[in-house]
Amino acid sequence: MRRKFSLLALLFILFIGSVAFAHDNHSHAGEHPEALAEKDTPEKVKGFIKHHLKDAHYFELFHGVKMPLPIIIWDEGLKVFSSGDFKKKEVKEARAADSTITFQKLGINDTVAKDAKDYLYESQTSGYSIFHGKIIAAKHADIQLKLNKEGKKKLVSHSALLDFSITKTVLMTFIICVLLFLAFRGLSSSYRKGPIPSGFGRLLEPLVLFIRDDIAIPNIGEKHYKKYMSYLLTVFFFIWFVNLAGMTPLGINITGNIAITLSLALITYLITQFTANKSYWGHIFWMPGVPVPMKFVLMPIELLGTIIKPFSLMIRLYANITAGHVVLMSLIGLVFFASNLFSFGAFFGLTLFLGVIELLVAFLQAYIFTMLTALYFGAAVEEHHDEH
Amino acid sequence: MDLFNDFSLGLFVWQTVLFLALLFLLRKYAWKPILTAVEEREEGIKSALDAADNAKKEMEALNADNEKILREAKAERDSILKEARELKDGIIAEAKTQATEEADKVMASAREQINNEKMAAITELKNQVASLSVDIAEKILKSELKDDNKQKEMVNSALEEASID
Repeated sequence: MRRKFSLLALLFILFIGSVAFAHDNHSHAGEHPEALAEKDTPEKVKGFIKHHLKDAHYFELFHGVKMPLPIIIWDEGLKVFSSGDFKKKEVKEARAADSTITFQKLGINDTVAKDAKDYLYESQTSGYSIFHGKIIAAKHADIQLKLNKEGKKKLVSHSALLDFSITKTVLMTFIICVLLFLAFRGLSSSYRKGPIPSGFGRLLEPLVLFIRDDIAIPNIGEKHYKKYMSYLLTVFFFIWFVNLAGMTPLGINITGNIAITLSLALITYLITQFTANKSYWGHIFWMPGVPVPMKFVLMPIELLGTIIKPFSLMIRLYANITAGHVVLMSLIGLVFFASNLFSFGAFFGLTLFLGVIELLVAFLQAYIFTMLTALYFGAAVEEHHDEH
Repeated sequence: MDLFNDFSLGLFVWQTVLFLALLFLLRKYAWKPILTAVEEREEGIKSALDAADNAKKEMEALNADNEKILREAKAERDSILKEARELKDGIIAEAKTQATEEADKVMASAREQINNEKMAAITELKNQVASLSVDIAEKILKSELKDDNKQKEMVNSALEEASID
């Protein structure tokens, strides 16, 4: 009961905070009424999707309602301040002859360049800016960009700082970690009352058993599976919960960040290497049962394989979730661009269908990641009794 | 692809820290108790099933034993009954022969006694007849030899008879 109350209180505080900030934001937007009246265009939708897929230094609960998050940077010392300090800077891009781009303050008669609208934020109190989600130790006037061969703008004047901010993704990861902990703590304490769990635990227990009986034991084996269970369970439920959170309209995309999937894959890689037995290393460096010259050929291939395996884990999860979000958001966008009732209905139905598919993918990707992780662990502790 | 451009070191560090913290917390407070509880429960179910199986087997063995005992008891009863019948028949037959023998004996002794009595009676009769005859003869002699002539005749005839020889 007390826990429920504190959760409600937390949500209430979040809500009040966001509304207070939203009020501030609206008064700001009020200076440019024409910006609100602007109609959505395909370019805007595309920009919105790209924007959604990226991490952010604020939490946009719904359009226009932004919640500030703490900024933590290392720039010759630790600096902590609120992202509410950053305000959107409306600038125009000035392109020089050598394709160097600088930002200039808008004149009274200037209109805002469309793609310059949403990416440059400037701190009111300190000398930092956020450019495309990255914190730079410079004000807009000092930033220099250059077009590269692919036509993309690259920073030339300042590099991004070491940014340990509590971003939207970090905050959501933290919240999901807390939820996971509460859910499974609940399940574990329900066993103290009786052998059969009650409530939400009844849903979770079969999944725990599924990981043990259908993933861990068949892939690792009865003898060794126990020491990997904690990691397999944590990684499965973490990815699944995080993927499901990505399906909410809160605009969260945690596993669509390469940093997240890299971290997960790296832990799998390290656990595999550090728990591997003699036979595993034997099969990498001196493959038994093949002629000696082949052993030398196989050595680098096998060695590379140990890195490719977790790399594929990283890319698979990232790409699947990112692709799912892009497709789903594009279809949602298409619903608004539908020119007649038939196409509206078709896109709406298709969105619904893909939404269901994505719910399946959320589970499937967690399953695949865990399954392959278990497979790699299994290979690391496999005992070869007969030479083949 | 913006893959490597999108990589954020801060996010990576946070994710690693949060995930490892989650891993260790869940390991301590959730996975170990959960897996232990589940294993204990499975062990409990398994041992209960085994016990039920054993009980079933024992019951079956007990039933088989009971049937065997029953069968044996029936056989024993039958044999006892048979024995008793045989005994009864034997006793009856023996009694019969004994009775017959006894009767025969009694009859034989009776017959013997009768014979003896008869013989005694006959002897007595013979003796009485003899004494009677002697008495009669005495009387006859007495009457015959009353006068001396007759006595002389008698002695003469007896002497004649003796002189003939």
